[in-house]
Amino acid sequence: MMIPTLFVISFLTFFIIELPAGDYISNQIAALKSSGEQSSVAKLEFLRTEFALDRPFFERYLVWIGMWPGPHGFDGLLQGNWGWSFEFDKPVAEVVGPTLPLTVLLNFATILFVYVLSFPIGIYSATRQYSWGDYGFTFLGYIGLATPNFLLGLILLYLFNRWFGLSVGGLMAPEYIDQPWSVDKALSVLAHLIVPTIVIGTSGTAAMIRRLRANLLDELHKQYVTTGRAKGLKERELLVKYPLRMALNPFIADIGNLIPSLVSGSVIVSVVLNLPTVGPVLLTALQSQDQFLAGFILLFVGMLTLVGMLISDLLLAVLDPRIRLGGRASQ
Amino acid sequence: MNVLSVEGLTVDFHTAEGKVTAVNDVSFAVPENRTVALVGESGSGKTVISQTIMGLLPPAAQISSGKVILSDPSGQIDPVDIGSLDRKGPQMRALRGNRVSIIFQEPMTSLSPLHTIGDQIGEAALLHRNVNAQEARELTQEMLRLVRFPDPARGLDAYPFELSGGLRQRAMIAMAMICNPALLIADEPTTALDVTIQAEILKLIKDVQAELKMSVLMITHDFGVVANMADEVVVIYHGRIMERGTAQQLFSNPQHDYLKALLNAVPSFNMDKDDRLVPIRPITVNAEDLKKGRTDCKVAPGEPLVEMRDVTKRFGLRKSGLFSGSKSSITALDQVSLTIRRGECLGLVGESGSGKTTAAKAILRAMSIDEGTVSYNHGDGLHDVSKLVGDRLLDYRRRVQLIFQDPFSSLNPRMTINDILTEPLEIHGIGTPAERAERARSLMALVGLDPRFLRRYPHSFSGGQRQRIGIARALALNPEFLLCDEPTSALDVSVQAQILNLLQDLKRDLGLTYLFVSHNLAVVDYIADRIAVMCRGRVVEVGETREVVSNPLHPYTKALLSAVPEPDLNAPLDFSALDANRASDPASWPEPFRLETGTPPVLVEMEPDHFVCAPGLQDARALEGTAA
Repeated sequence: MMIPTLFVISFLTFFIIELPAGDYISNQIAALKSSGEQSSVAKLEFLRTEFALDRPFFERYLVWIGMWPGPHGFDGLLQGNWGWSFEFDKPVAEVVGPTLPLTVLLNFATILFVYVLSFPIGIYSATRQYSWGDYGFTFLGYIGLATPNFLLGLILLYLFNRWFGLSVGGLMAPEYIDQPWSVDKALSVLAHLIVPTIVIGTSGTAAMIRRLRANLLDELHKQYVTTGRAKGLKERELLVKYPLRMALNPFIADIGNLIPSLVSGSVIVSVVLNLPTVGPVLLTALQSQDQFLAGFILLFVGMLTLVGMLISDLLLAVLDPRIRLGGRASQ
Repeated sequence: MNVLSVEGLTVDFHTAEGKVTAVNDVSFAVPENRTVALVGESGSGKTVISQTIMGLLPPAAQISSGKVILSDPSGQIDPVDIGSLDRKGPQMRALRGNRVSIIFQEPMTSLSPLHTIGDQIGEAALLHRNVNAQEARELTQEMLRLVRFPDPARGLDAYPFELSGGLRQRAMIAMAMICNPALLIADEPTTALDVTIQAEILKLIKDVQAELKMSVLMITHDFGVVANMADEVVVIYHGRIMERGTAQQLFSNPQHDYLKALLNAVPSFNMDKDDRLVPIRPITVNAEDLKKGRTDCKVAPGEPLVEMRDVTKRFGLRKSGLFSGSKSSITALDQVSLTIRRGECLGLVGESGSGKTTAAKAILRAMSIDEGTVSYNHGDGLHDVSKLVGDRLLDYRRRVQLIFQDPFSSLNPRMTINDILTEPLEIHGIGTPAERAERARSLMALVGLDPRFLRRYPHSFSGGQRQRIGIARALALNPEFLLCDEPTSALDVSVQAQILNLLQDLKRDLGLTYLFVSHNLAVVDYIADRIAVMCRGRVVEVGETREVVSNPLHPYTKALLSAVPEPDLNAPLDFSALDANRASDPASWPEPFRLETGTPPVLVEMEPDHFVCAPGLQDARALEGTAA
């Protein structure tokens, strides 16, 4: 299922990116023509043929993914060539390459942050509904949802800089940039991860606390919980064994959905905090119609989503016998 | 010796509206090895009493006075006042599931869907009996054998969703029994089950009780169950005890008006055709407004109004089930032929899974059928329903309406009663807004509700009132034919009598025709003119109600009738004759009734106007297709 889906995603991505009139090069040509520089135009025309931009739409698409011979034979995504970024005048792989692992790292840290923080709080809120603690977390949650992320980011950066002497912006201290990996560098990265993780994760955490609370409240009043209690189970064991297991399903199913929202939601934060992730690159690429770069990034996010979905499906099947054995039941 | 004695128990609920007394000065005792039945309507406080004994009262509830003393005859614990224990404390937890245990009403929801039943049953043993996981597993298997699970070893690893309702209830009983409790509370243990399975479960509880020497507190509203199970009866109403005594005393000589009224509200087989049930709160039907401007059905009384001919419906299954053989498709309806005559009430009876709801859906055209035809007489002869399109179909939808089983989920909680009642009129574009409002008011009067309630939302009504609103909605479009899908199975007996009488009055006043689907034979016996019995997608017997009930010819009908618990001490269930599995298996019916897979279920007229599915008799008298 994943492979056809990826093709559909790649096609849609390409289609949407091509929707605005013109492309990067024709825009450049127009700009140069209006300023009267004819010599560069010839070079750009050469680039147009070089990247098959003069071909019809479907051909361009197939050349891009590598299922149609371009000017240099089959040379597209399937062959591992991610295309050329006009804006940065480098291959896409070089532009995006260093940012991808950091993006994945940041996303992973954020998801971990969201889950680690929201679970205990959600359970606490649900089991002590309408207590002061519940109200307190609800209040904090609404603040978390309502505060603009970049504002929170700036405040936290300032505070961390004052208290811990952390350098402002970036994902590592300036002296480590372009240095080979070392223990110190890794520690620096970890320290710099804290602020962005909190900033990007806050609203997700707040939303997830609300949902876990609501789900768990629903489950807590179900009959099977009473059955468990009637057996003489301790409240804590009961909670973990029965209702929590049931309330988990929506969260596992959510992993796939979290990824794209984290990437797109973190663009502004990444720009503000000057993070070397894919977000700012995507923004530049979209602004300047750098189509191969933008297309590749969108496709990458799409793939992350699909992988997330696959993981959540597998986890669901492991955790829920109704899904695993659904076919075995008679109805 | 009394295992449980409740003395002057009062339980209050502290809610936002103030203090509500749910149980008021209740005293009774459960003697050793005896069964005491606690009888009452919903809201009478019987469940609160069971929660008190289990220490499962919600936080808002408080025991204001009285004692609940449990004395274990096995001597494992000293007599203890449960009411004084901390509900979540270790002492209470040590009792729960160990010395007192409970079986709930809903076997579908009282087991966790994510854990195997072996895990869930064994858990109680792990908690209380000081055993390791392996021993718990063996104990569980032993319990499953005791509750007559088919193949206990495999049952251990089955998930609840793979089991039928009856098997789940057996698993619940096994779970409650695994620690040999002194007291078992059975909170409406059979209300959600079919009659044949109900009889089996009741037998099982009796057997297990005899084997393990325990006391049972049976909470129920069904006097049939009481008559068959109880040694002593306690009748409770609005949190107060109305009457108590031995079953013998109470049935032969009921003293209190409430108990008399309750007994009068129960339909039973030995009622005359003209006898009417006496509901505790009767309602008066005002049909005058609706009779005006009603276009009468043009079909003459007694003529066929709806006809199903050889209707077959198959459902595909992806894979086979654990306990249900290995078929890739099941036949939900197998050449079903039924005729519903104008002005009659045809009762359609069968266990769950017999295809009765599928048949109703086929008539509604809510579902496509694989073979056969469903025809409806619009006043100009029978026409195939599946060929109706456009206005003709809309007209059919107006003529045929449905009353649902569950009054709680069939009304949209976000719509006012006025919106609910006028919506059908809006869909069909009938009348001006003023006329619709007028119509809504007369519909409310029709079902005996105050028109001032129109602005309320469904949550402010009781189950019986909601069902009346459902009936009013079904009548909004002036239908000719009503499909009633188990309209009273979710209601108390007293309310059931009220709804049944309402349906009878409406039929008389408005000249309606009913198809009444139910698994309760006594109810069908009360309301229906003719009965059709279904089993495994086949119609096995059709005839006049009196005739079928007093002279059942088909073995399945006989089994069904013998499994109905009568509210009469002199007519106990014959537990020894019970073998429901065989009775509902067409291949093990005796000749000439035996049906192998693939045998066409031919109806034969064995007595005048009394048809029985007996392929073995299909000779010169064969009447295939003309039946019913």
